[in-house]
Amino acid sequence: MQARALCLAALGVLAASTPALAQKTSTQAIEEYREMLQDGNPADLYEMKGAELWTKKRGPKGASLEKCDLGKGPGVVKGAFVELPRYFADTGKVQDLESRLLTCMSTLQGIDPKEVIDGKWGKGERANVTALATWIGSESKGMPFNLPQSNAKERVMYEVGKRLFFMRGGSHDFSCASCHGEDGKRIRLQDLPRLSGNPGDGVGFAAWPAYRVSNGQMWSMQHRLNDCYRQQRFPEPGYASDATVALGVYLGVNAKGSKSIVPAIKR
Amino acid sequence: MKFKTSTKLALSTASAALLVAGCAGGMSQGSGMTSAELDAVTQQVVKDSFHDKGIVKVSQVFAEDPTMKACNAADVAGQPLAPARAKEIEALNMKTIHWPANGKYLGDWKEGEKLAQSGRGRTWTDKADTPNGGNCYNCHQITKQEISYGTIGPSLYNYGKIRGVTDPNSPQAQEIVKYTWGKIWNSKAYNACSNMPRAGHMGILNEDQVRDIVALLLDPKSPVNQ
Repeated sequence: MQARALCLAALGVLAASTPALAQKTSTQAIEEYREMLQDGNPADLYEMKGAELWTKKRGPKGASLEKCDLGKGPGVVKGAFVELPRYFADTGKVQDLESRLLTCMSTLQGIDPKEVIDGKWGKGERANVTALATWIGSESKGMPFNLPQSNAKERVMYEVGKRLFFMRGGSHDFSCASCHGEDGKRIRLQDLPRLSGNPGDGVGFAAWPAYRVSNGQMWSMQHRLNDCYRQQRFPEPGYASDATVALGVYLGVNAKGSKSIVPAIKR
Repeated sequence: MKFKTSTKLALSTASAALLVAGCAGGMSQGSGMTSAELDAVTQQVVKDSFHDKGIVKVSQVFAEDPTMKACNAADVAGQPLAPARAKEIEALNMKTIHWPANGKYLGDWKEGEKLAQSGRGRTWTDKADTPNGGNCYNCHQITKQEISYGTIGPSLYNYGKIRGVTDPNSPQAQEIVKYTWGKIWNSKAYNACSNMPRAGHMGILNEDQVRDIVALLLDPKSPVNQ
């Protein structure tokens, strides 16, 4: 225990300085739907809203987010999405896109992160973060994922994410791996990517935020993970909590080289 | 200068670079920590990140369970359980199986089909009195009529027929009848780290419901065996 405490403390210091054959599968059906909607993915609306929110002067401080550092320097948006989650020296934390947006909204605009953390999906400031994430993601469309792992905290979060991915529990003994641990499996007709490895371009981590046709909602990665945990019969992970960020690191690092299709369109 | 893997010694050298070297010695994936240390950090992250919601309680979901603990660790290590350990865990789970008090293993396959179709219950958006489904079709093909089935588990179509069960009450059928009951009650009694929930053991399904699902699989009149 003592060694662990020392190791942790020291790393903190360092970090601060550095199918069924006959029937159509859901994939095929969605592919057709995607083609139909090529000229009009409803995600475009969220994308536009996000772009406006980035430059709009808002919050108690009446500032825009244009000086927000998403990891590639203040105001740099292009390419930022495919390198998140990553370590940020100013907060001393590994952050995903949404938790980073909370930091920027708080420091630049004076908006209380609690408005998002305690909020509801699709409402108020939480909906604003989803729109921002959609636009920021779209600015990296077609770019390959390349999360940094140079900081010790990023490597620790990868290992924590891996442990969370394989953590069975609850009434049904489900883990993320119960559904996403093997290639070529389905739940009912829904195809499931194997996320313990690299699922390829535009699949899994490389496909969120996405517009969900079944409920007509734009879902961010935080929303996707939240609903996975609900179906897993787990308790709710806090919005932008370390568990969700660690899983993001695990999935994002595993997806290295795969291209983002964000904003995607889903079942 | 002596060089051990002890982080304490590394600290005494008062050099950040040496400290990293010390922490990295025999550690996991360049994270600077041992696997046990990462397990401890993960536990803390779980504690800090999850909260009770609706009927789902943190204390229950993450309760200590030797089966989960062993299987989770095996998955993280990317290695199956050692055969002897798997046998121990299977024996542990076998002891939990509640066999039918009245000796009746088969119920109504029609009710079993309804349970197999339902994936409801036990999420934070369910009520405490939401009837739990068996979640069977989510992972298994069962009848020929239902084409929307998952593939995480093996096909159960013709389950009884393939196993030669023509009369589930016959002495010849007893072994497979009991196995089927046991597998549904506690899947880990037969395969330590099975993906399948322990429907009886975890209280997802009650004795009558398990009986109905056994009937769905083994009753010669069930569409499973047509």
